[in-house]
Amino acid sequence: MATNNENPLKKVCIICAKGTIEDVYATLVMANGAVMEGIEAKVFFTFFGLDAITKKQMNKIKTATVGNPAMRAPGGLPFPSILGMLPGVEAGVSAMMKSQMYKLDIPPVDEFLEMITAGGGEIYACKLAMDMFKLEKEDLWDEVKDVLTVGDFYGMCGGEGTQIIFT
Amino acid sequence: MAQKTIAGQTVEVNDEGYMVDASQWNKEIAAELAKEDGIELTDKHYEVLEFLRDSNEKGVTLTIRRVGKSGIVDIKGLYKLFPGGPLKYSSKAAGIPKPASCV
Repeated sequence: MATNNENPLKKVCIICAKGTIEDVYATLVMANGAVMEGIEAKVFFTFFGLDAITKKQMNKIKTATVGNPAMRAPGGLPFPSILGMLPGVEAGVSAMMKSQMYKLDIPPVDEFLEMITAGGGEIYACKLAMDMFKLEKEDLWDEVKDVLTVGDFYGMCGGEGTQIIFT
Repeated sequence: MAQKTIAGQTVEVNDEGYMVDASQWNKEIAAELAKEDGIELTDKHYEVLEFLRDSNEKGVTLTIRRVGKSGIVDIKGLYKLFPGGPLKYSSKAAGIPKPASCV
């Protein structure tokens, strides 16, 4: 694999604003992948993304079975949106996705976050979104490092070889 | 593919310095390979390397999570042993291919 050794990536600042399985896991995989490569990672959860670091919700995130054109039934069969509206379908599909991921050694959200912090990655929550959703620091996963304003977050994103990623 | 003399032995390595033939591996080679990444191997390191080699032989896809559940070291400990590359540096020192996994 060719790598650019002249300007290596040193830090990623990742923003997660949505609370579906695919958005949250994209964030977690990228953050964990960064720390595994020795790249500093700071992850900022905001809006519905806060579900991923809210104790009550973090292991209950789901994927949308309505309004998701890439959603297909096993075997590639069409999956009409009207099916996705039925009670229990979203939960069932989400459970199936999680079990597929588990087979690939992709852990539940809380354990994944632990893997990231074990590698030195840092997890932050957005103050504005917390006020909006009436969340307190106690509602969040214990290892959330801090509740930040957007200015605080930008303040952490300086330095050569840093990228901001919005998942 | 290149040949390289490590710890007095000629071994095959790829472009990234990973050994091609795991059977050419020994502890002295491991120590040299780890040194390239600035790591001084201890007994604990060797326990991890043995686990990796064993898993690789069984054809298991390696992830840091799997190493963390091995009972040898937790994930935090693995980062301490192999700073900056818990899975890639340990795999390199273990003489096995670079794991093709994203976790």
